[in-house]
Amino acid sequence: MKPLSYVRAGTAREAIDAFVAAGDGARYIAGGTNLYDLMKLGIERPAHLIDIADLEGADRIDTDGDRLFFGGAALMANVAEDPVVSRDYLVLAESLSKAASQQLRNMATVGGNLLQRTRCPYFRNGVNGTYPCNKREPGSGCAALGGLDRSQAVLGASEACNAVSPGDWPVALMAMDATIELQGRDGTRVIPISELYRPPSQTPHLEFTIGREEIVTGIAVPKTAAGRNSVYLKVRDRESYAFALVSAAVALEMDGDRVGQAHVALGGVATVPWRARAAEAFLRGRTLDREGALAAATAAFADARAGRHNAFKIELGARTLADALITAGSKSQ
Amino acid sequence: MPNSQGKHRLETTRRRVLKAGTIISLSGAMLPTTGLAQQAGPQPSPENGVTVPVSFRVNGRPAALDIDARASLLDLLRERLGLVGAKKGCDHGQCGACTVHMNGRRIASCLTMAAKAHGRDVTTIEGIAGADGLHPMQQAFIDHDALQCGYCTPGQIMAAIACVKEGHATTPEQIKEYMSGNICRCGAYVGIVAAIEQAAPQIERS
Ligand SMILES: Cc1cc2nc3c(=O)[nH]c(=O)nc-3n(C[C@H](O)[C@H](O)[C@H](O)COP(=O)(O)OP(=O)(O)OC[C@H]3O[C@@H](n4cnc5c(N)ncnc54)[C@H](O)[C@@H]3O)c2cc1C
Ligand code: FES
Ligand code: FES
Repeated sequence: MKPLSYVRAGTAREAIDAFVAAGDGARYIAGGTNLYDLMKLGIERPAHLIDIADLEGADRIDTDGDRLFFGGAALMANVAEDPVVSRDYLVLAESLSKAASQQLRNMATVGGNLLQRTRCPYFRNGVNGTYPCNKREPGSGCAALGGLDRSQAVLGASEACNAVSPGDWPVALMAMDATIELQGRDGTRVIPISELYRPPSQTPHLEFTIGREEIVTGIAVPKTAAGRNSVYLKVRDRESYAFALVSAAVALEMDGDRVGQAHVALGGVATVPWRARAAEAFLRGRTLDREGALAAATAAFADARAGRHNAFKIELGARTLADALITAGSKSQ
Repeated sequence: MPNSQGKHRLETTRRRVLKAGTIISLSGAMLPTTGLAQQAGPQPSPENGVTVPVSFRVNGRPAALDIDARASLLDLLRERLGLVGAKKGCDHGQCGACTVHMNGRRIASCLTMAAKAHGRDVTTIEGIAGADGLHPMQQAFIDHDALQCGYCTPGQIMAAIACVKEGHATTPEQIKEYMSGNICRCGAYVGIVAAIEQAAPQIERS
């Protein structure tokens, strides 16, 4: 690990000023569960760390208004156990409580979770030329394409990268039409979460659309009755404390016994948190039965492409989504 | 993994610029580019890190020292403070052997930068026994043979105490889920769950 300086900022403004003053090697650190991990692996090499985990008010959780609001530095554990979130927005609560471990959820922030980097084994293990990786060393190639690709994406891959977007929480937020509040040098702005992630295309090292010095100050989710008919279903190699092989975030706005608007997103299978619009369109106006759920789920994977070892994700993904739809639907009765 | 925590480096003689307290109050004078980067005299070897002062409480006692800014809390506890109860299993948040409490909550000390402990309260396995003997969770681990080699045990016990205090030890299923961050290579899981069930009623929820 390179020598580095460390400062703890008190406000977002202070942090941004410190970031700008520190120049090229500056990075924000929140819980550090991803950044510090990658520093130990030699993948991230910051020279100046600006700690934003303790910014004034940044851990705020507010469920009183017409939206849910989570400060960027709110802890995963605290959001998962918030009484309103865990009662009325199970898809959000479960995406957090099924992620990592309680120790890590006590450290990791919901803002940092959005910006965590891939768990692709070639990305994580290949430093110093062991494996090429276009994310780690732009232009070096991709060892996962045609390599041991069991964990890799079947949706959204490019010729340069098929690494999976690892977070669970962004998948749930994608389904729930969350917006991300950002503060930068020139003020604040709000973007839909769908605009936070860049597909890999030819530049997989550019993963997020936000500026280097921008801080995620908050995440907002519009309140909706669909939260009550929601679920985050996550299938892993082991029952707990593992990243998703496939996951499905589902929330259903019902119209009597028919689906009005379905909110559907997929994790573990795609290069970015994946909104499954085709499945949503298929479900509109239908009653939910096993057959329809599976047909909708199959539509979600119509464009999926498998490599050598990850074809199982297509069927597992469709079946997982179908189960999630049935589960969410059964809650509305 | 590139190791940045050789002991020799911690004895660095050239104390660098940061004064106690500035770690919290961010003032222009301590910005990295102004204070830390350019040094006159011999170039520091790549092993030589920037130091920051931390003061915190560990097991109820105050501790204040200058640390390499890169250090993990786990290395600080083990290498500088001699508290070797917390173990380094993976150093990447994947096993739970390094579990300690910070401000009463369980964390993985290997992925916690030591600088983050500044101003906080840390409790390790060394700090949980009372004047009148073992902590009920320690006793329960003994009663249920909840270990074999014992390497994971300090982390298991610290996680288990927190698990109970959080209110996550009400059923065996819940215990298993909320203890999943602690891997036991010897597979003592059955005893661990039984021990937690035994100790839970004796520990107050927070
Ligand atoms: C063993 C293990 C298992 C895990 N399992 C799961 C899992 O199953 N599911 C899952 O979703 N995640 C999992 N994680 C990942 C974990 O949830 C993330 O590492 C965590 O959420 C990141 O948050 P953090 O606060 O620690 O971010 P950091 O590591 O501090 O930061 C991550 C990145 O975000 C940037 N950043 C952080 N906060 C902000 C902000 N507010 N504004 C701008 N930039 C910011 C940092 O500069 C850095 O680039 C696991 C991690 C580990 C180590
Ligand atoms: S040593 Fe910290 S989790 Fe393994
Ligand atoms: S007792 Fe040996 S690892 Fe748990």
